[in-house]
Amino acid sequence: MTKKFVFYLNLFCFFTFFKVLAADEGMPQLNPEFWISQIFWLTLIFGSLYLLLSKLILPKISNNLEIRKSKIAENIEAAEMQREKSEQKLKDYEKIINNAKNEAKIIFNQAREKILIDINNKKDSLEKEIDEEIKKVEEEITNLKNKSSEKINKIAIEASSDLIKQVIGADVNNSNISAIVEDISKKNEGKGYVN
Amino acid sequence: MATNPMHQFNVYRIGPEIKIGNIDISFTNSSLFMVISSVAILVLLNLGAKKNSLIPNKIQLMAELSYGFVSKMISDTAGSKAKPYFSFIFSLFMFVLFCNMFGMIPYSFTVTSHIIVTFVLAAFIFIGVTIIGFLKHGFGYLKLFVPSGVPVVLLPLIVVIEIISYLSRPISLSVRLFANMMAGHTMMKVFGGFVISLGIVGGWLPLSFSVALTGLEILVAFLQAYVFAILTCIYLNDALNLHH
Repeated sequence: MTKKFVFYLNLFCFFTFFKVLAADEGMPQLNPEFWISQIFWLTLIFGSLYLLLSKLILPKISNNLEIRKSKIAENIEAAEMQREKSEQKLKDYEKIINNAKNEAKIIFNQAREKILIDINNKKDSLEKEIDEEIKKVEEEITNLKNKSSEKINKIAIEASSDLIKQVIGADVNNSNISAIVEDISKKNEGKGYVN
Repeated sequence: MATNPMHQFNVYRIGPEIKIGNIDISFTNSSLFMVISSVAILVLLNLGAKKNSLIPNKIQLMAELSYGFVSKMISDTAGSKAKPYFSFIFSLFMFVLFCNMFGMIPYSFTVTSHIIVTFVLAAFIFIGVTIIGFLKHGFGYLKLFVPSGVPVVLLPLIVVIEIISYLSRPISLSVRLFANMMAGHTMMKVFGGFVISLGIVGGWLPLSFSVALTGLEILVAFLQAYVFAILTCIYLNDALNLHH
């Protein structure tokens, strides 16, 4: 329905169009009355437009564009430089950090070695002291042991002389008793001490 | 009231009659709209060129975009040799574009809908391009009419065709713009007339057509200015870089 309507409308339009074209007035474009005037004013106006644009305005615009281009290029260059700088800084920073790490490691190792040496020294000296003490004590002990047998002998001699005196009531020569005691102790020595 | 769709193309005198000798060069409505278009171009571009900020404002952006558009068009079609003709092609493009666009305002006058205006522009371009071609290449420019790689038997025919096509350039260039503008404006006027004659009941359909046509005509106004400028570039390319 609408399609049909549009079709008839178009048809109507078409015929009206040509009717109008065929009317008395015709196309004003083909009326030469103002042709010269139009040519004259077109030349004048378009000529002055061209002159004004080419001499005044277009150089300004192209200049503006050039300036912007160079500015942007400069900025990009500056940004590039800044980036390089910052990268250099970053590298330096990393270097410093690495150096510091290495130094710290070295210091740590040195300190450790020192401490180990110290500990070893202390240990050694302590062991030596302990050894000396042990030796001394052992000597004392041997001394004591040696002396004790003599004392025992003496005590034995005195005790036996006292006993003999009490029992017999006469003095016995100490040297005889000591000879006997030594004899006995020598016999015991042969058996060895029983500690 | 003019129901005649061709009435809008009437040229009439504004102000006094100016005559040089026997020739009438009075200021007409056509001249008025040429002046309006040119002043609009100059004001707009001057505003756009005046302040140079790194980040352009709207008017500056418009001026710079149109500059870049035309300069790209020229370098794409005619190469770097066409640089000296940039201002001319820029002025031509802007002039035709603004005349077309001002014609889109109701009750205004479309300068480019007159064959004499477009023909003068096209003839100027044709003559200029021909002069440039002969200045650049001397009589070698005539090689334009002899395409390479054509059998000798066909050559006379081809040369005649080439010459005719070359000579018809100003006519095709001017008629293309004039006919497009005239046809579009006439169509719009006709549909506008239908709105009135069909009244409140049936007028809506032609009204919607009219609205759609307005959009189309704005597109055509831009497109025809672009075509006019780019054909000029192509002709210039023929004259500057002889490819045949």
